[in-house]
Amino acid sequence: MFSQTHSLQDMRQQAAVAAKVFIQRDYTNGTVCQFQTKFPSELETRIDKQQFEETVRTLNNLYAEAEKLGSQSYIEGCLACLTAYTIFLCMETHYEKVLKKIAKYIQEQNDKIYAPRGLLLTDPIERGLRVIEIAIFEDRSLTR
Amino acid sequence: MSAVMITRKVRKWEKLPGKNTFCCDGRVMMARQKGVFYLTLFLIVGTCSLFFAFECPYLAIHLSPAIPVFAALLFLFVMAMLLRTSFSDPGVLPRALPEEATFIEMEIEAANGNVPAGQRPPPRIRNVQINNQIVKLKYCYTCKIFRPPRASHCSICDNCVDRFDHHCPWVGNCVGKRNYRYFYLFTLSLSLLTIYIFTFDIVHVVMRSVDNGFLNTLKQTPGTVLEVLVCFFTLWSVVGLTGFHTYLISLNQTTNEDIKGSWSGKNRVQNPYSHKNIIKNCCEVLCGPAYPSVLDRRGLMQEDSPALSDAPPSSSSSSSVPQTTKTTAPLIPNEHTPDEAKPSIAAPPEKSPAPREEPAGAKVPPLASPETDAETSIAKDQTH
Repeated sequence: MFSQTHSLQDMRQQAAVAAKVFIQRDYTNGTVCQFQTKFPSELETRIDKQQFEETVRTLNNLYAEAEKLGSQSYIEGCLACLTAYTIFLCMETHYEKVLKKIAKYIQEQNDKIYAPRGLLLTDPIERGLRVIEIAIFEDRSLTR
Repeated sequence: MSAVMITRKVRKWEKLPGKNTFCCDGRVMMARQKGVFYLTLFLIVGTCSLFFAFECPYLAIHLSPAIPVFAALLFLFVMAMLLRTSFSDPGVLPRALPEEATFIEMEIEAANGNVPAGQRPPPRIRNVQINNQIVKLKYCYTCKIFRPPRASHCSICDNCVDRFDHHCPWVGNCVGKRNYRYFYLFTLSLSLLTIYIFTFDIVHVVMRSVDNGFLNTLKQTPGTVLEVLVCFFTLWSVVGLTGFHTYLISLNQTTNEDIKGSWSGKNRVQNPYSHKNIIKNCCEVLCGPAYPSVLDRRGLMQEDSPALSDAPPSSSSSSSVPQTTKTTAPLIPNEHTPDEAKPSIAAPPEKSPAPREEPAGAKVPPLASPETDAETSIAKDQTH
């Protein structure tokens, strides 16, 4: 779940990282995992605002789904308690399932949208769910 | 100059900063001092063994065989909860990697503006609004992050823990977001077990005394005396603790917040995390989602550079910016910089040629004192 080995990224190892941007957490709704949708100025030349906001919003929705306090989480909690939480030895928690979805989504976004523009998203779980790290690679194709 | 490639697989837990001990190849995570935890184990297992040896045979025959069965189930549940609390990651927040630490430093610099020479820079605080309440996020000098709301730095384990409750020496671990419900269920089930054993000890002694007399009974079952003593003292402490935590859960507060008086109501400060409904608060804390560990203890470290350097604990993608050998970004020394990092502060230019990191390394160490535990925070809160 934590390895992001991908041939595209191996290619990226050849390119130099010009800068890194860190999208911080948004705590206005409490301690639920949400990220700020504010568009950082460093990305202005690389990607458009709509696309970026769409990515962050989808991630926020996925995290909200993982942490949702609904009947499903209550049933899972009560069932786990009755089995003294031994059920988690064989079953994956709801949160873990959503984390897998998130990892897939980020991979997909990197492949389709970010890598062609010389950017790379890092899954927030690798940074303790604190930040979304975006690496900006030197763009050698552009002549400046 | 040829270098030798290390082929031994190194797991990330071996390189994690902080004062935790790990067992079973990273599956088990505990605090360094485990003496009191062994005492807890000994008391529980010892008392229950005495109960099964002395009381159960008599009670099973004279009262009901369900008594030892229920005791056994309760005992197993208590042990499961204790081990789960002690061995799991309480919700430790990984420290910031050097680039993230630098990024935050630059943001702080930009926010503070020009501080006249000789003046103490303002304390590193970020204000956020949560449910119409201003909450101050403090900066952790050890972990180089702004702590999320409700997180706190445990000085015993030297980690920032999310939704930090307290460090419990009886379980040998911090109690935080990920293991609070196991801790609560442990205290609750232990209270029930203690009351159960105490009650049946009394019943047993009474029943036997009717036939044999009180003193003879005590001579026949010496274990009972020990059990009653242990249970009596345990009852007061554990039942009280369970009651206290039930109160905290119903208000959705942590022990840390309760001690610091964060939401005590003065200055119209209210708990922004509470749903204002006891049932909802209890459901969130006890039946909420099972949060995953963000520490990745068992992941493999990428040995992409040979021999000498300690590769930083990150399996994430490429960065051709060379990282410093210490993951605690030793650019700004302070009284909490670990001793082994201090020599490396003197020589960062060789290891981190990235231009961005140089200006940060040349900065004057911050004069504002960091707050790493509850006591200093209380003092600071009172002076603010």
